[in-house]
Amino acid sequence: MADFLLELLSEEIPARMQAKARNDLARLFTECTGAAGLKTGAVDVHSTPRRLVLIARDVAEATEASREELKGPRASAPPQALEGFLRKTGLSQDQLEERDGVYFAAIERPGRPGAEVLAETIRRIVADFPWPKSMRWGSGTMRWVRPLHSIVAMLGEEIVPVEINGIVSGAATVGHRFHHPGPITVGGASDYLEKLRACHVIVDQDERERLVADGAAKAAADAGLTLLEDQGLVVENAGLTEWPLPLVGRFDAEFLDVPREVIVLTMRTNQKYFACTGADGLLAPAFLCIANVDANDGGEAIAEGNARVLAARLSDARFFWEQDLKIPLESQAKKLDGIVFHEKLGTVADKVQRVAKLARWLVERGIVATDADDVERAARLAKADLVTGMVGEFPELQGVIGGYLAEAQGEPRAVADAIRDHYGTPGEPVAAAVALADKLDTICAFFAVDEKPTGSKDPFAIRRAAIASIELIVANGLRLNLTDAVRGSLANLAGQRADSAVAHRLDRTAPEVLDFFADRLKVQQREAGVRHDLIDAVFGLGEDDLVRLLARVEALQRFVGTEDGTNLLTAYKRAANILKKEGWTGPQVLSSEAEQGIPQTGEEDPLVLVDDPILGEAIAEIASGHAGAELPEERALVAALDAAEPKAAAAVDAEDFTGAMAALASLRKPIDDFFDHVTVNDADSVKRERRLNLLLRFREAVNRVADFSKIES
Amino acid sequence: MSQGPDPESLSFQDLILTLQRYWGAKGCALLQPYDMEMGAGTFHPATVLRALGSDPWRAAYVQPCRRPTDGRYGENPNRLGAYYQFQVVLKPSPDDLQDLYLGSLIEIGIDPLKHDIRFVEDDWESPTLGAWGLGWEVWCDGMEVTQFTYFQQVGGFECKPVTGELTYGLERLAMYIQGVDNVFDLKFNDAGVTYGDVFLENEREMSAWNFEVANTEALFDLFRKAAAECENCLAAKLPIPAYEQAIKASHLFNTLQARGVISVAERQAYIGRVRDLAKAACGAWLERSA
Repeated sequence: MADFLLELLSEEIPARMQAKARNDLARLFTECTGAAGLKTGAVDVHSTPRRLVLIARDVAEATEASREELKGPRASAPPQALEGFLRKTGLSQDQLEERDGVYFAAIERPGRPGAEVLAETIRRIVADFPWPKSMRWGSGTMRWVRPLHSIVAMLGEEIVPVEINGIVSGAATVGHRFHHPGPITVGGASDYLEKLRACHVIVDQDERERLVADGAAKAAADAGLTLLEDQGLVVENAGLTEWPLPLVGRFDAEFLDVPREVIVLTMRTNQKYFACTGADGLLAPAFLCIANVDANDGGEAIAEGNARVLAARLSDARFFWEQDLKIPLESQAKKLDGIVFHEKLGTVADKVQRVAKLARWLVERGIVATDADDVERAARLAKADLVTGMVGEFPELQGVIGGYLAEAQGEPRAVADAIRDHYGTPGEPVAAAVALADKLDTICAFFAVDEKPTGSKDPFAIRRAAIASIELIVANGLRLNLTDAVRGSLANLAGQRADSAVAHRLDRTAPEVLDFFADRLKVQQREAGVRHDLIDAVFGLGEDDLVRLLARVEALQRFVGTEDGTNLLTAYKRAANILKKEGWTGPQVLSSEAEQGIPQTGEEDPLVLVDDPILGEAIAEIASGHAGAELPEERALVAALDAAEPKAAAAVDAEDFTGAMAALASLRKPIDDFFDHVTVNDADSVKRERRLNLLLRFREAVNRVADFSKIES
Repeated sequence: MSQGPDPESLSFQDLILTLQRYWGAKGCALLQPYDMEMGAGTFHPATVLRALGSDPWRAAYVQPCRRPTDGRYGENPNRLGAYYQFQVVLKPSPDDLQDLYLGSLIEIGIDPLKHDIRFVEDDWESPTLGAWGLGWEVWCDGMEVTQFTYFQQVGGFECKPVTGELTYGLERLAMYIQGVDNVFDLKFNDAGVTYGDVFLENEREMSAWNFEVANTEALFDLFRKAAAECENCLAAKLPIPAYEQAIKASHLFNTLQARGVISVAERQAYIGRVRDLAKAACGAWLERSA
């Protein structure tokens, strides 16, 4: 057994692709060697900007030999069958064994040398590697993430010979691009990592990440600063360097007038620098960059060069910021009519108009308790920063820039905060109203023009908007009937586009949006462990106040988890099955009368007749089960329903859903006894109908608390 | 905090001469700028057309680039509406292209053991040329000094063999080498002429023309005429003049955009139109040389 080393040296691999590449390398290696039956010990993978490295411990010298017996045709079968079998096995007739009149072929597979399997594995890794994007170079046809230059492949101290498109495997690689550009020869997996380290290459990414994180923190501390931690930057810088060295640089404190987010973002995205804070906790005019070279002047020129690049970028940012400050957001907002929101949905100005109206409605309806004028103003200014130079440069700072500008231009605190936070799920009332209105409008508007998310496609992030809306409603305890809000939102859109099809489709679109919300709610609640069927059971009642709905679902979930709940559900299903089997839809007052012969279509609404004052009373009497109940179990169930129904109804009204469930629980024993002792399908049609009516009453009583037919047992 | 240029460093014109000498010695034909307005050195037929087909090709040239929207009336120390690129193309891309490139940096005075040279992922795409490639932006101490690309497609056609393209941003590189913070302070030569002496007034006037004065109706008209003339050349099986008209249309589109008269929705349509012209010219070129 020996250790195997594979190094694939290429031109610089994008930092963001390295983590997946390591996993893919390990996976392909394990798959290929596994399929060939080559046993290996632990597999380690590493990456640097220029290398993908795999080290497999304890690789077997060869695969094990195997013997397999194949059953062939009967000796009495036609000669063609035997010929076919010989062709398939590559044997001659005298090599076959005949047992009980059947031919058998023994296939011997000798063990293959490990090096041979490894060479084949390397070829497959290079051919099948799933880079997110790959390329060709020179005159070749081979593909890799960037040009592939060399392959080190060694089993123990021996080279595993393999040639791929003119690249011949060997024992030579190179060190750091600038410190050790010449070839270095490695002895194998045993000395590879240390030899490379001696040549200014730290092969293991985890070690480089530690060097970046700890080194940056220490360099900052040495300069009297505190590093703003950023794991994404740690990984990226480790993926950009083979020999990471943190350096501290400074920028002119004058730039600190620019919003902090802008400075941090400029440093992070454009330059991959870490930001620092000073002793006062505020952003310090300093940065940390990670160099890839141990410079011969101690890094002075590098730190100075980076500082100049940053100064140029910050002066650009400051220029935009100063320009933006001069223009009131209100004037900027007027330019939104020049930006198309979506070709079928008009401009951003149109959207702002709708959002402002809906946000105001949320306040005036008492759904969000705050000042309606503040909310409307925040909504009208919320998108104004989209036309600022700053957001043009840094689109990810939409909202943040608007918030700063609003504050600088004297808008009320709550308005400025709402502008800043409305893309998220804020808790402050003004911001929450604008955020919810914005998201509801997005969802409803795209549904109205039939741009719904389908399958994996959701180009307008509508699912995310729905999840965020649900979070806003639930976290802020906003009590609204979603149906009203959705219809209101759609009506706003229809009002803007009187001549379009949108208005006509409003009635169809509203239920679609609500179903979509139900689906999103199930997805969102699944993580919290809430059962989707229970959400359906409550949504099915037409409950669209999400706060109440979730309280109800929660109580229901607790209830169905109890013994009472489980049994009641069983009894409910049994009652429902009987009613379904009998096609029973309600009291049949006329069944014993002359009109009995009128065919039922099954779609009659039994309660229509209740409008008739005389019949109504009779039907109510029948439906209640009071009339003629004779067996004690019948009477007990009637009594239990009499007691439970008003209790459940009162509890539901009071939003005491635990109380409502308790009322249902009181039905469990009577309904179980009923099923144990009463025959529903009595030969006497009067008894039969009476008992069916009683079951119907039971079912409806339960359904008023939750639609138990939707609950999975 | 502006400081004067390092007296020991290469002047702007010497930077160009040094790069030319270096790449000339590597077998590149030293070409002159193409005599048409364009947004990037890539548009030069010596890159776009020569990247197509199987013939080997090595060339280097300076190309003046016009980006009307980037003009700042000469008031921004880092942004220009017109600037220079030094372009190198090598086809097929040699195995030691990175080393050749690093050699050019050493040649112009950048010591890779004193400065931090990095290859940072940056995939290149030109929607108006129907072209894309993979590569990096090369950083020197955090500053992008070169775009380094392996062409995969040009004009919608696969590049076989692959052309390696190096595009040096000359002003930035010179600012770095000379240690100046304002592009207009660059020493143009060693006889006291600055970049500002040569170009500041150009930037002012061209910004005013691009942003305020240009007759948009005439520009739209010229765009239509260039597109029509391109079709005319294609019908006559003349790929080079057809490609020139595509370059013209592309620049007119850039100018119209600077004037702010092309809406977001129209933008895609214009880009698509230019791409169709460029692709057709590339197709005609390939057909003729096949």
